[in-house]
Amino acid sequence: MSCAADDTRLPARRGIGRALLADPLGAAGFALVAVFLAMALLAPWIAPYDPVALDVKAKFQPPSAAHWAGTDHLGRDLMSRLVWGARLALGIATTSVGIAGALGLVLGLVAGYGARWLDGLLVLVFASMSSLPMIFFALAVITVLGPGPATLILVIVLVSFPAYGRLIRTQTLALAGADFILAERAMGAGPGRILFRHLLPNVVGPLVILICMDIPVVIMLEAGLGYLNLGVRPPAPSWGNILSDGYTSLRQAPHVIIVAGIPLVLATLGFTFLGEGLRDVLDPRGAGRRRP
Amino acid sequence: MLGYAIRRLGLSVLILVLVMSAMYAMVFLVPGDPASLALGPRATPELKEALRERMGLDQPVLVQVGHFFGSALRGDLGIDVWSKRPVLGQILEVFPNTLLLGAVALGWAFAAGILLGAAAVVWRDGWVDRLLGVLSVSVIAVPSFVVAIYALIVFAVWLNWLPAIGAGEPGDIAGQARALVLPAFAVGVGWAGYLARLIRASLLEVMEAPHIRTARAFGMSERDIVFRHALRVAIVPTLSVLAVGFGAILSSAVFVESVFSRPGIGTLITGAVEKRNYPVVMGTVLFMTAFYLAVVTAADLLIARLDQRVRDVLRG
Repeated sequence: MSCAADDTRLPARRGIGRALLADPLGAAGFALVAVFLAMALLAPWIAPYDPVALDVKAKFQPPSAAHWAGTDHLGRDLMSRLVWGARLALGIATTSVGIAGALGLVLGLVAGYGARWLDGLLVLVFASMSSLPMIFFALAVITVLGPGPATLILVIVLVSFPAYGRLIRTQTLALAGADFILAERAMGAGPGRILFRHLLPNVVGPLVILICMDIPVVIMLEAGLGYLNLGVRPPAPSWGNILSDGYTSLRQAPHVIIVAGIPLVLATLGFTFLGEGLRDVLDPRGAGRRRP
Repeated sequence: MLGYAIRRLGLSVLILVLVMSAMYAMVFLVPGDPASLALGPRATPELKEALRERMGLDQPVLVQVGHFFGSALRGDLGIDVWSKRPVLGQILEVFPNTLLLGAVALGWAFAAGILLGAAAVVWRDGWVDRLLGVLSVSVIAVPSFVVAIYALIVFAVWLNWLPAIGAGEPGDIAGQARALVLPAFAVGVGWAGYLARLIRASLLEVMEAPHIRTARAFGMSERDIVFRHALRVAIVPTLSVLAVGFGAILSSAVFVESVFSRPGIGTLITGAVEKRNYPVVMGTVLFMTAFYLAVVTAADLLIARLDQRVRDVLRG
């Protein structure tokens, strides 16, 4: 299997977009993700109020024309908090899976193409990390480091890079014996050139799909930990913190928790649909199916 | 087989030791001392010193690590810093609740997954199949604790059909069962969708087999073929996912338990994290990791017994 043959099997770049949008779920996912990205990028201009401004006199207001999603126990505008929450959720998710992806990529390439003892060691690390029940490990790290955005990012990187590393290692191993790599080596290309010029571009595709599928998991983890008061500290408007506020006032003002769950549901659905759509277009044999 | 079993078990023990050592190392690499962090800024040096001693933090790291594993092997996971009760006792007290929740959740998810997966294949490419396809992706995507929150609002707060908090009084089986319904639904629903998908894919593969073609040639109905012949074969590959699934289910149980204030491993550890109660956190992590590794190892050994081809200890 050569590099060129691989390329011709993939649809042209414009074809990817068209094929994705032809699938209703893929198109819905794309639209949802676009909306949330816009919310995240434009939060300061979209949000009608300051997300942390208190107005205690106007607390627990149900949704109205002035406050589309109502207000919480401190009279903060929930719509603004949810919009800023998108910025926090997507910011943390993209940063952490970006770092985890880069780490998994480098370690996977090294494991797949490096010395055998190094491969053994890295495979052991990947296996150890992925044989942990994720959430318990995350909670242990939070106990040690204390909650906060940096801890959150570290936790997500630690729980997600092993899967990326494994994937890249398998892909690299499959390619390392390919004719075009052997030819490069015969022509005297060093390991650096082979790794980064030839192996990297060929293994990165499946990683992108896996990362897209992982974003909803990360958003869920971020919100879940925020809900347990172990994520980004209040009063930061994270979706988890809003859920936690809403849980406290569940009987008094159920609208808080009800509206707080909506962006979470839509964002996880959006990224999952987009990921599924991308996978169907790019990798129809479909290795990377998501688990709940 | 014996050689494989020994290697597989050895690997699990090695992973457990590595993970716990790494976790211990982390405690000491982090700036700031756990005792001061736990007590807050107003603690006196004497108080801190007393707590450090109680947590065993005044001894060299290696001594502590050795001590931790030594006592863990004897079944002693240390003493709760705040309540002074043994950690293992607390874990064993609530673990059955979590185990029950996980087992019931996975059980109904498996049953529903088989039925829905089979239904999708019987009516494949029709609207049932398409609807089930969208439905399963959706329930896989949505976080279980959000499902739990909405289920709590609708069925416990608005309709008042089922209890909103707790796990039921001891001895009151009906009450315990009622308290289990919503959490088990929330924890299992994503897995029902996932398993439906797996069963569907696996069934479609089996449906191509020669003996199915023969059955079809004899004029058997599609439904009879699926339920009488194909399903039995198609379930086998999904069994290997169940062990991993159990670990994932215990993870979502952590969140769902705290939504329903249900006593369990999740509420135990999240309470301890907030108070920086190291012995409880470390003990619970060790216990759950060991439990999870035991389940996965047992499943691997079982699968290796059933299928001689799987003998690679570190699967890629």
